[in-house]
Amino acid sequence: MMLKTMRITGWGRVLAAEGQIARPDRAEPGGWPRGPAIGGLRAYGDAALNGAGPSVLMTRLDRCLDFDPETGRLRAEAGVTLSELLRIFAPRGFLPPVMPGTAHATLGGAIAADVHGKNHLGAGSFGLHVTALELADPDGRPTRIDAKSAPDLFRATLGGMGLTGPIITAELTLSRVSGGEMDVSERRIPDLDAFLAAFGETDAPYSVGWIDATASGGQLGRGILETARSVEGSPFAARGAPRKVPFDAPGFLLSAPVVRGFNAVYLSRVPKAGRTRRRPLEAFFFPLDSLAEWNRLYGAGGFHQFQCVVPTAAASKTLGTVLSRVAEAGLLSPLVVLKRLGSGRAGPLSFPMEGYTLAIDIPNRRGAADLVRRLCRDAVEGGGRIYFAKDALCPPDLIPEMYPELPAFRETVHRVDPQGVFETDLSRRLGLRG
Amino acid sequence: MSAPLWIVIGAGSAMARAFARRKAAESARLLLVGRDSADLERTAQDVILRGAEGAEVLTLDLRHLDLAPLLLAAEAAIGTVSVGIFAGSMPPQEDIEAEPDKLAGVVTDNFTAAATILLALAPIMAERGGSVVGVSSVAGDRGRVGNHVYGSAKAGFQTFLSGHRNRMARVGVHVMTVKPGFVDTAMTWGLDGLFLVARPEDVARDIDRGLAKGRNVIYTPWFWIGIMTIIRLVPERVFKRLSI
Repeated sequence: MMLKTMRITGWGRVLAAEGQIARPDRAEPGGWPRGPAIGGLRAYGDAALNGAGPSVLMTRLDRCLDFDPETGRLRAEAGVTLSELLRIFAPRGFLPPVMPGTAHATLGGAIAADVHGKNHLGAGSFGLHVTALELADPDGRPTRIDAKSAPDLFRATLGGMGLTGPIITAELTLSRVSGGEMDVSERRIPDLDAFLAAFGETDAPYSVGWIDATASGGQLGRGILETARSVEGSPFAARGAPRKVPFDAPGFLLSAPVVRGFNAVYLSRVPKAGRTRRRPLEAFFFPLDSLAEWNRLYGAGGFHQFQCVVPTAAASKTLGTVLSRVAEAGLLSPLVVLKRLGSGRAGPLSFPMEGYTLAIDIPNRRGAADLVRRLCRDAVEGGGRIYFAKDALCPPDLIPEMYPELPAFRETVHRVDPQGVFETDLSRRLGLRG
Repeated sequence: MSAPLWIVIGAGSAMARAFARRKAAESARLLLVGRDSADLERTAQDVILRGAEGAEVLTLDLRHLDLAPLLLAAEAAIGTVSVGIFAGSMPPQEDIEAEPDKLAGVVTDNFTAAATILLALAPIMAERGGSVVGVSSVAGDRGRVGNHVYGSAKAGFQTFLSGHRNRMARVGVHVMTVKPGFVDTAMTWGLDGLFLVARPEDVARDIDRGLAKGRNVIYTPWFWIGIMTIIRLVPERVFKRLSI
């Protein structure tokens, strides 16, 4: 199969790899090169990069193969994007059960990162809705597995960052949706502790918080809480083509005064008494997708996204420390998101744990790398962990403490891939295979 | 009213898949014709889930044409019968120069098989009505040093389509010639020297728009008409020194 040599980067555009990439049209892994799979390239760091061998770009394997409208059970090729699934199945009353912040992620990528969404408390992570997988082994043979036939391998693949081999097809259960629109309520939250409490009080199935990271002192952690529920019988509207960021933005765009000004305006959009608006599904789930290539707003130098989760008991202290450090460092961006997570996780390397997750975009400037490493330590000290789909910088020695099931994962991976043909830049950097 | 039938020849290609999905969204019935039936069965499932009224698979080897099953399927259709020809092959020119016997196969894949199919379907289409989409290539507009075997086969196909358009217009069947530039498919993946590469989905959209407007010949993306006009205007005495 023809290989294309191309430089690919993670979504944060800091890490890059010169890859030898095949892009099959047909689901016959015997003809593919032996290497890890690449999906929609929405992981921020090096999860999808492999500078040491070939990779298989899955985006043309994007067919839906079987769907049961009674149960919502779907079988599809792993390269289909969540956006396509939404477009095809929402008008029939079904949605991907969990939606990450971008619809451009592929089905295989969503499984490999065991992504979570704004409904994690109720729905758990993506992998919990997957019932079976077809994996390519290191010799290019396809094998269908499920939780009964190969429990270790099946679990290790959910959240396994692709290290158990390319997912060719997946079977999952879509969830029912009663309409194409959501009632989205927004209200201002004065500080971090009020935020954590507010998440505990809402009974809406979807919730997400935006934090103004420029605030400090008594206002540390202030922001807007969005909660949402779908509106029964509301219409499904097709989304128009996104606008596109035409070039790499200049550095001053994310200078402290500009971010401060932007955040002040963003905060004041929501009246003091709060408001409720009716929004299309996609506008609520994927606000950033309406601007294609928005990662260019961070300029040619790229950016990091730090995302951690910490247990509920440590959330106030640890997340307060993290937000203070970011505000002090002056490495600001308007994209800071807080969510509550439940205990639902599918595999040994899955990110979620019962608690709160904070995601912060940090422009890749002087001091950014040291700051992110420091924040990783804060997360571990709080009993939490960082998210492999976002990471580009975590010190490898922190990983075993963050992921206590790592030894079991390593054992499974060594059994199915003794030679390490599915290694990625991420697994080498963090020593995930051990 | 019964759903129109679209016969897609070369349905395994990325452009054909994108086109079939558009027709599925219009609730057409699809007959997916190609070599790899296991792969086409997956595409058939996909287009049904995307709204096709029905989808069937037919195995056909362009090098050993057996037209009977294709004609039977077309006869069985109740509504209009339309055909999209997406089949083709483009082995490296050097390979054909090393083994000239390979030329005949390239001409079959890109021209004569498609023309034979269109001739065979013509009586049914004349009776039922429908449209023809013939995918050629900008390479058919002028013979270049790098791929003139492929280009001349496509040139033959284009000339055939022009005459077929003339013939079928008299019976109300529209024939559209499509000349794509570089398209991001398995055929071009990893090739050097490509520029302005189009997505198969965009080519499929352009084909649909061309059909809706009753266009006879379209370039896709549109700017290739300018590029090819310039390339066609270069005098032979200059052109023979160029290696574009």
